[in-house]
Amino acid sequence: MSPELVLAGIMWVALVGYALTGGADFGGGVWDLLAGRGARAERLRKLVEQAIAPIWEANHVWLILVIVLLFACFPSGFSAITTVLHIPLTAMLIGIVLRGCAFVFRHYGIQSDAASDRWSRTFAISSAVTPLFLGMSLGAVASGRFAFDPETGRPVTDFVSEWAAPFPLAVGGLVLALFSYLAAVYLILEARAQDDDELVDMLRTRALVSGVVVAGFAALGLVTAWQAPGPMFARLVDAPWSIGLQVVIGLTATAALAALWTRRYAAARGLVMAQVTLIVGGFGVGQFPWLIPESITFADAAAPDAVLWAVLGALGAGAVLLVPAFWWLYRVFKASPAAPAATRDGE
Amino acid sequence: MMDDLLAARSQMAMSLGFHIVFACVGMAMPLLMVIAEALHLRTGKAQYLELARRWSKGTAVLFAVGAVSGTVLSFELGLLWPTFMEYAGPIVGMPFSLEGFAFFLEAIFLGVYLYGWDRVSPRLHLAAGAGVAVCGVLSAVFVVTANAWMNTPAGFTTNAAGEVVDVRPFEAMMNPAAPTQVVHMVLAAFVAVGFAVAAIHAWVLLRGKADAAAAAFHRKALTIAMSVGAVTALLQPISGDLSAKMVAEYQPVKLAAMEGHFETERGAALRIGGWPDEETRETSWSIEVPYLLSVLAFADPHAEVVGLNAYPEEDWPPVAVTHIAFQIMVGCGMALMGVGLVWGVLTWRRRREADWSPPRWLLWAIVACGPLGFVAVEAGWTVTEVGRQPWVVHGIMRTEDAVTPMPGLQVPFLVFTVLYVFLSVIVVVLLKRFVFSSFELATGEEAPR
Repeated sequence: MSPELVLAGIMWVALVGYALTGGADFGGGVWDLLAGRGARAERLRKLVEQAIAPIWEANHVWLILVIVLLFACFPSGFSAITTVLHIPLTAMLIGIVLRGCAFVFRHYGIQSDAASDRWSRTFAISSAVTPLFLGMSLGAVASGRFAFDPETGRPVTDFVSEWAAPFPLAVGGLVLALFSYLAAVYLILEARAQDDDELVDMLRTRALVSGVVVAGFAALGLVTAWQAPGPMFARLVDAPWSIGLQVVIGLTATAALAALWTRRYAAARGLVMAQVTLIVGGFGVGQFPWLIPESITFADAAAPDAVLWAVLGALGAGAVLLVPAFWWLYRVFKASPAAPAATRDGE
Repeated sequence: MMDDLLAARSQMAMSLGFHIVFACVGMAMPLLMVIAEALHLRTGKAQYLELARRWSKGTAVLFAVGAVSGTVLSFELGLLWPTFMEYAGPIVGMPFSLEGFAFFLEAIFLGVYLYGWDRVSPRLHLAAGAGVAVCGVLSAVFVVTANAWMNTPAGFTTNAAGEVVDVRPFEAMMNPAAPTQVVHMVLAAFVAVGFAVAAIHAWVLLRGKADAAAAAFHRKALTIAMSVGAVTALLQPISGDLSAKMVAEYQPVKLAAMEGHFETERGAALRIGGWPDEETRETSWSIEVPYLLSVLAFADPHAEVVGLNAYPEEDWPPVAVTHIAFQIMVGCGMALMGVGLVWGVLTWRRRREADWSPPRWLLWAIVACGPLGFVAVEAGWTVTEVGRQPWVVHGIMRTEDAVTPMPGLQVPFLVFTVLYVFLSVIVVVLLKRFVFSSFELATGEEAPR
């Protein structure tokens, strides 16, 4: 097993980890934004805030891990991606900063009044920005439309057309819908733990709607992939396992919606998490062995073996410490949910 | 209109300058909180527990902002300097990975510490706090070794065409500058945070609105914060000296700029203050102490110190900026060391007096020192980063060759500056409300036991 394949795999695992944790953070922000007015809306906002707070900082680190693995182990790929996709990555970053502002503002916040509500709303818009541009960036990479100067090896780009195209836009919508769906399902369980049946029902409706929207964007993604120039669609349908994967995703998605409909919420959560894992993970598997399709494979971009083994060693040593620590964190906070008053004042 | 390279450098400088404040807090506040909590467990005095709780509230806000600004930096490394990252990424990737892990662990421990007061046992809670402190420092250690590599590149071989052919990641991490840079930065964080926190509590004491119980609370806080700040402020000049000697050996042109030293000479004088003029190649209006530069740089009063004139001008860093930032840093450091020493001597002499409070003039001095630690941190980073120019990797890659080809970089620079100003305002407002008002313990109201 060559080290670059292991590292590529770890990178995709980290991306999935980010989707399941940080993604839900942004999804929660979307529900905060769309909560509306009134007592129920305030309870929803409070629920979002409580669910996220203890694990919030840890979520970011998945994304940082992806970036570090890229620049340490696949430097030419990193360089090409950050050059060509400068604009959507910057937009994604702005969303992350604003979401951070929103979180800090809300969580440690100033007492609620009209002015701070408006600011809150402004920041909450950021929650939609990052998933959208993350999806567009992934879609742009998958599209296989990067061009390189044969002499210098540097990317040749207008910095726009790679990501402002139908397929990347569809993927952007898909990721936004997916994160919102995931967050809604997580929040149902948090609300149920607080015996807030009204919120549970409210969230169930929202989850069902966003689940359908996800399906819509997935279909749109397939259509735009078919329309897109280049061999991407052919790659998607030619590999036999690829069709199998699409089928499994479809079945999982249907099962998740069914579980929601029949109010089997714990099962729904597991199924939606599986759906997210299959979609995000499937992306990576789908374009293997390409890091940047049609241009740079993982093997092409790989750093010298000494580096790859050193990073793998560091990851291994870190995981030995990190995995138990993460498990402990979740056990401390998710095994028995917080009493509602516990977080805002902290006394 | 700012050109793209300057916009990129400015954006990076602003992002780093912003982040470092929060990184220092993340490194040093956990130590203060752990000391307070440990004292509570040992003495049973409730005020110590109260102190740990209140300190942790302010820390939580600042830590969240630090996490965000750190994420921004990891993106900006690629967005602004893709050519640098393509070259350096594999060589210093490992310390960055380790830094990521240390930060991840720190965030987990912090989650337990901030939100788990009532969910884990007191001993486990204290252990979580210690975990935050250790991981915070480790995270800084790793990332600083990567920066040190940019000053003293090591651990790789290039062929005749200048391509990297062999990478030795551990050697790269343990580059010559790493030990001195790491120690200097870690100490600096404790100095800055120790004095800043002490200044806040000194301010409350000076305002005189606190009743006896509240005053006792703030005195305890002041003692803990000043202990950390004063001890590290006294150690810092030693670290600074070692750092300067390292720069003298490996980056003589940087040392020359720091010292405003144009002419190569033996028995070189130290220039305190003064304005270096790159046109006339002179540093005017400085106080010159004979032989001292040679002594400090090489431990030999007759050692030769190379001047800027020995290098082509295109290899000079911006001399005035580097020199003046250096003077500011050392000046602040001296002030902090002085106040720390005075406080230490007075407090030690009166240690047996239960209700002794430092005299008002000393409290004012501490308040005045509050921002100086952070001023020194920013000035110091200016010295090392600007002083390394025109190189991004000393002697190997120039900054201008490392920047992204993406045009219009003034736009993201402007956008992020506005965002960070926004974020800063929010943080200041929240801290004022959260920290200051909760510390303004009026008589009879919320008095700690």
